Amino acid sequence: MNLLIALAYLIAAVLFILGLKQLSSPKGARNGNFTAAAGMVIAIGATIPLLHFTTTGLIVIVIGVLIGGAIGTFGARMVKMTAIPQMVALFNGVGGGAAALVAVSELLTFGSHPPFAEAFPSVFSIVIGSISFAGSMVAFAKLQELMTGTPITYPGQQVVNGLIAAAIIGFVIAVLAIASVPFSFVGLMVLALVLGVAFVLPIGGADMPVVISLLNAFTGLAVAASGFTLNNFALIVAGTLVGASGSLLTKLMSDAMGRSLGNVLFGAFGQVKTGAAAVAGKETRSVRAGNAEDLATLLAYSRRVIIVPGYGLAVAQAQHAVRELAELLEKRGVEVNYAIHPVAGRMPGHMNVLLAEANVPYEQLKEMDEINGEFKDADVALVVGANDVVNPAARSSPGSPIYGMPILNADQAKNIVFMKRSMRPGFAGIDNDLLYDSKTIMFFGDAKDSLTKLVNAVKAA
Amino acid sequence: MNSELLNEFTFFILAIFVGIEVISKVPTILHTPLMSGTNAIHGIILVGAIVIAAGASSPLTIALGLVAVILATTNVVGGFVVTDRMLEMFKGRQAAKPPASK
Repeated sequence: MNLLIALAYLIAAVLFILGLKQLSSPKGARNGNFTAAAGMVIAIGATIPLLHFTTTGLIVIVIGVLIGGAIGTFGARMVKMTAIPQMVALFNGVGGGAAALVAVSELLTFGSHPPFAEAFPSVFSIVIGSISFAGSMVAFAKLQELMTGTPITYPGQQVVNGLIAAAIIGFVIAVLAIASVPFSFVGLMVLALVLGVAFVLPIGGADMPVVISLLNAFTGLAVAASGFTLNNFALIVAGTLVGASGSLLTKLMSDAMGRSLGNVLFGAFGQVKTGAAAVAGKETRSVRAGNAEDLATLLAYSRRVIIVPGYGLAVAQAQHAVRELAELLEKRGVEVNYAIHPVAGRMPGHMNVLLAEANVPYEQLKEMDEINGEFKDADVALVVGANDVVNPAARSSPGSPIYGMPILNADQAKNIVFMKRSMRPGFAGIDNDLLYDSKTIMFFGDAKDSLTKLVNAVKAA
Repeated sequence: MNSELLNEFTFFILAIFVGIEVISKVPTILHTPLMSGTNAIHGIILVGAIVIAAGASSPLTIALGLVAVILATTNVVGGFVVTDRMLEMFKGRQAAKPPASK
């Protein structure tokens, strides 16, 4: 029987690896997800015959699976496409929480002097799983705008976080070396939860994708550690796969933003004053606002227009309106392209998904490197609900939190039209000089309303 | 170190290399779906949750088991479903190609 289980786990592991492989190429991505899901079903199915269930245990499992399955299905089905990033954070966090609870439960069975080979991975899983849980919840709250998306910092923050981390290490040593009593796990969990919150608070909302990816890798490692405690190969292999690929993905994501991981995680420290002063100093400058008719004429008589879509477009559900405008302009012989910044929307690839949903032709979606050279030949750069990704501060002011992030060269276009609800700064919470540029025309309002007005005006032009 | 622990450690080390190698060529647009897909895979902790819940008897272990199973199932089911929803959009885009390029 044990042989069959080992075989089933092997098959599951192979399916996970194949699934990941398929998930990293556009062609097979959806099949990859199914492949991985099949691996999961096999791994879980193979575990069942191994166990001796108590009646209570069976009831607990059935109820738990029903409740969790309902929450998962409902949450994943009902969530709007724009809110998917925070949903991923939530699903990641609960996985970390589960890993921590499994480790606690297992540690309890060993009494007060657990063998090191079991105790060490359990303690690791409790700490990392709890950090992942708490950190993911903060990431969720930031993205859902239940709390401010701007970095929360205070003097001495690094010292406080360092002290929490030191306290955790102290607790770990106490549990491993002296005695393991239920009280010490509770203390350990509480401290790790606090550290998870404290770790994510100073990171800005715009950097959340990188943080979620990192916490995703953490959860993978916590799961692998639980696998060592339970002597379960499926947990070790799958958890480690996620831990390793998640770490690499985190690095790839921060590379795509042109930042080091260290800068993303700890960059907010000590920048509080610069940011505030920069905003305060620029309040008084004037901007040029346009009306729909003027802008329609400008667009309709252009030769080349580049649309820069941002999160504001997604929030306003304006994907269809922007496609309608693009089609109208194309009928008049205007060449229209979309410039997609790697982190447009809230996560890499998010904007492609949203525009694909609105049937925007794939060949008009240009990635940053491909289109950045074309802005200087464009008559109009139409920025719809984007801000930070066209902020020249990323190129010119070393003090800015987004300094070094690659941006779209919208500022090189002959005219820049900004569709924004207000002069409010973007998600990163910093002012944008481009809004005050002499080539820039502002068109205030909800992105969908503005685009609809513009569509009607173009029809009349 | 006994031989089972050594075996486990071997799997652990090999899985690190495979995990890094297998996604090393992922394009930017697939970062989000890939993150979400790996997120679903660590829902394998459900296996662990079932193992600890199976033998639950005291109120404490029942509570721990129940919460662990609920959280882990949410992770697995939600993770795969939300990833599929994202990737559905990519498929829609290819199907929409011919009519859109009229």
